This record gives sequence, structure tokens and C-alpha cells, in this order.
Amino acid sequence: MSSYTRMGELEIEKHTQFIMSVEKKKDFDSMVMEHLRMSGAYWGLTTLDLMGKLDAVNREEVVSWVLQCQHDCGGFSGNVGHDPHILYTLSAIQILALLDKLDTIDADKISAYIVGLQQEDGSFAGDEWGEIDTRFSYCAVCCLSILHRLDKIDVGKAISYVASCKNFDGGFGCTPGGESHAGQIFCCVSAFAISGALTHVDRDLLGWWLCERQVKSGGLNGRPEKLADVCYSWWVLSSLTIIERVHWIDKEKLKTFILDCQDKEHGGISDRPDDAVDVFHTFFGIAGLSLLEYPGLKPIDPAYALPVHVVDRLFFGQPH
Amino acid sequence: MGEMAHGRQRDLNFRTSVRVWHFRRLILESLQSDLRDEMKFFELVANKGNHKNYQIWHHRRWVAEKLGTIAATSELQFTQEVLSLDAKNYHAWSHRQELSSHIIFMAQWALQALGGWENELEYCRELLEVDILNNSAWNQRYFVITKSPFLGGLPAMRDSEVSFCTNAIIENPDNESPWRFLRGLYKGDNEAFVNDPAISKVCICVLEKNKNCVFALSLLLDLLCYGFQPTPDLNRILSTWGFSGSESDQKYANLVCLILEKVDPMRARYWIWRRDSLPSHVC
Repeated sequence: MSSYTRMGELEIEKHTQFIMSVEKKKDFDSMVMEHLRMSGAYWGLTTLDLMGKLDAVNREEVVSWVLQCQHDCGGFSGNVGHDPHILYTLSAIQILALLDKLDTIDADKISAYIVGLQQEDGSFAGDEWGEIDTRFSYCAVCCLSILHRLDKIDVGKAISYVASCKNFDGGFGCTPGGESHAGQIFCCVSAFAISGALTHVDRDLLGWWLCERQVKSGGLNGRPEKLADVCYSWWVLSSLTIIERVHWIDKEKLKTFILDCQDKEHGGISDRPDDAVDVFHTFFGIAGLSLLEYPGLKPIDPAYALPVHVVDRLFFGQPH
Repeated sequence: MGEMAHGRQRDLNFRTSVRVWHFRRLILESLQSDLRDEMKFFELVANKGNHKNYQIWHHRRWVAEKLGTIAATSELQFTQEVLSLDAKNYHAWSHRQELSSHIIFMAQWALQALGGWENELEYCRELLEVDILNNSAWNQRYFVITKSPFLGGLPAMRDSEVSFCTNAIIENPDNESPWRFLRGLYKGDNEAFVNDPAISKVCICVLEKNKNCVFALSLLLDLLCYGFQPTPDLNRILSTWGFSGSESDQKYANLVCLILEKVDPMRARYWIWRRDSLPSHVC
């Protein structure tokens, strides 16, 4: 009998069923989330691959739908008939990379769209309406790197903008002076990692701030005095992994917390134990467990947020 | 404009729909609408549920930037109102900061006339009085004291801020934010950090009531690493841990690390690393 058949086992089959069922839902929640379906698809598909269940999906159907979401400007929208945005452009490229279908798109066109979003100060807007946020800097850098076209933007300026968002506590916010937040920290640290600019991070100071996110329950919060949430299992953990300080948290306690957030009957993972599940938290919980080297899960790259075998294929396989 | 706006308001059940806001901005621009009316529209939709919606904030920011300095007072006031509902509303803070930066660039005189920056510091103080655990307010306070052109910058503000901060610490020693804020006040100036008696005083004051306070022990460790010489008060505190006064000064930092490993086992490996990285003159 496996030593993992105790309360804390990861219910891979149930989570697979849950993700496949999300596709088919037509309730109010799904309708409200329609505009970000591209990100939802990326979360669901990547989770399936981490669990070794990607074969359950009809790849052709997925690729066909992704391509329908591309606009003339080169950007992708969150769903058919919606407007393009850098967030969904990244999700689309991540999906195509996952399915090994990057040959279906015009990489130069997509690069041009992203280049057009870079501002004078190096920052990136999310779309033509100009919201600026370091999340978008990460989207730009990650997406272009996957397309092997990082040199198309002014990388130096992009990085110095992200560096200008560093705070007194070693963390990073959405804009200069913005409060340090684990999600933004992930974006900034990953952007540095992908661009080879990790010297901008004070690893010891930030590492300490990040390991202080672990609370009594073993879960992680996103900033001081907030509640633990499974999604921070990804953002805090991946940041710690990139700066090589992940051993500063109690991994076993975090594992237990994530496993306690499962709905063991219907599948899926929620933000904290006994709450409603969703595909967002399911992805981040399982991605977090992958970083914690939970047995039976494929390893995930902390900066690209894609399975390691996909990243290897991108950078050590045939170039496009 | 009125008819279409009402129709779109119904659609705002789908609060997160980017398209709705995009369409609304197109209408506003093409009709060259008076954007002050748009500000009134926000009062209609600004119920509790909408405050965490990126799209609404982004739209409001778009309107405020178009209006320029006219929007200053009302915007700062609005974010105050929102924040009274949810003091940790992250989006309100970004908006507020961005607006402040925009104003300072565009019309410094208007800011002085409106008293924006001075009120900002006062507002942070009020917010912290209501909720001392508010990390956003502490972050905003740091932003204001470092960026405001009217306060003289960090060195000029340091003493008063140390006093404000240490009072907050003593009131609620388990609150993470003011401990970090205190360290932030001395960023890049270790000499001033070690030489300020207020720092060791607050550590000792807290440890006297709770010798297990991780934040106090951690700050003490930092002081020792930067060359702080243990005082009789500190000797007394450490003796309660069973270490005698005859231990040489150089071993204090080591002792504090061992204590921290014991009282904060979740981060044991961090404290072990601190012990392994102690500067040679303190271990």
C-alpha cells in the first residue's frame, strides 16, 4: 500500500475530472469569467500536463479556439469576440508552447504587438488603454522569450523600470512605490530571471520577506497580516526557488496546507480549506506541489510557469 | 449618452468585462462628455462589491487624468472613502499614489494650495489609528515621507518617524509592518541604525514583556551584526534565557540566532543561515 494513502493524498483523478468539467459549464460564474477564458485554459491545461493527463484533451480543438482569439494587431484576447490584452497574449503563447504548436502563429506579428505596448520609461501597458503594471512587464518578457524574440524590446529599459518598483523591504509592487505583494514579486523576479538580471534582487532581504509569508497553518499569505491563500503557494514559492532560498520555509507544513485545500469528493482546490474550488487555485496548488517535488507530478519551471520539459523543448529543441 | 449608459449599467453585472469599459470610454470621447459627470457615475457603481475590480479603477484613473488637477481633491477624497470600507484595498492605494505623482508633476502649486501631501501623511496616521495592522498604510507612509517635496525627505523625517513607528510597535509588537518600516528608515545607513538608541530601546522594551517576540529578536540580531555593543539592559534580557553575563560580547549574536531557531521553528533554516553568515567580528 502506498505510504501516501493517508488524509493528505493528492487526488489526481478527481482534479482531472474537475478540470475537464469546467470546460462544459454554462453557469453564471463561467459567464462572468468568459473574458479571461484564455488564462483559465492555460491554468487547466498546464495542470493536466503536470499530472500527466494532457492526453484527455482534444489538442486540435484547443489550438483552433486559441487562434480564433488572435486579432489583426497580433495580440490575443481572453475569448472570441473580446479585445486583445497582453495578459491573454502570454496565456495563448504558453498554451501553444505547452501543446508544441508554436509553428501555427506568426511570431514576428505577436512581437510587434508587444513592442508597441512598451512605454518611454520601459514599462508596459496591458492594452491600448494604457494601464501600467509590472505584471505586464513580466508578460512581455516571458512571451517574447518563448518566441525567441526578447531582443525586439528595449530590455535594458524594461528591466530598469521593474527595478524602480523595488521597495524598502526588498519586495516589488505594481508601480514605483506600490506596496510589496507576492504576485507582483513573482512577476518582477521572473522578469529579472528571464532577462538575466537577477542582480537587481537583494536575495537575502527578499528571501526573508518571502519566508515570513508562512503563517501558523503552514500556508502562505501575499503580504503582511493577510490570510493564507493557496495561490501564494505558487507566487511565493516560485520566487523563493528562483532566488535559491526555498529551503527557508517549512515545506512539509506547506504541502499539508495545500492538500487540505482539496475538494476530495468533487475535485479541484480552493484558496483555503473548505472554501469553493476553482481552476485558478487548482493550478496554483498543484504547481506549488510540483515545486515542492510532490511525487507523481512533473517538474515546473518557476519563471516561465510551464512544465520543465516544455521549456527544455523551447530552448534545447529545434529553434523556430 | 444617458440611454446607452443605463443599458450598460445593467450589463455591469458582468463587472469584470473589459469591453464594457472600453465601449464606455469610446462613447465619452466621441461625445466629448463633461467628465465631471462621469465622476458622479462612479458613485452609482461604487458599491462594496466593485472595489476590487481592476477595470473600474482603471477607468476612474483614465477619467481623473483627463480632468487633471480639478480631480485632485475629489479623487483623494474618494479613495479615502473607499479605504474606509476596506483598509487593505490594494487598488485604491495604487490609484492614490499614481494620482499624487501625476499632480506633483503637473501642478506643484495646486498641491500646495490643496495641502495634498501634508494631508496624505495625516491620513495615513488616521488610517493606522483605525487599523494598525494595515500594511498598505505603512507602505503609503513610506512613499509619502520619501517622495513628498514638502517634508524634506527621509533624513529630515527620520527622528519623528522612528518615534511614530516605535510607539506603534509597543502598542502591538506582533504586527509585522512597523518592524519592517523601522528597518526601512535606516536603509543604507547602518551607522545611524546602530547608533540610534531608540532601536535597542524598543527591542528591549518588547522583549521585557515577551522574550519570545521574533520581530524584536530579529531586529536585535541585525543591530548586533552591525556592531551594536550590548548594554547592561541587554545582558539582563539575555540572562533570562539562561546565558550568564560572563559570556564574551562576541557570542551574543550567536546566542540570539540559537534562540530564534527555537522560538521560530518554521523558519529554522533561515536562522541557521543567519548564524552561519554572522560577520567574523561578532561570532
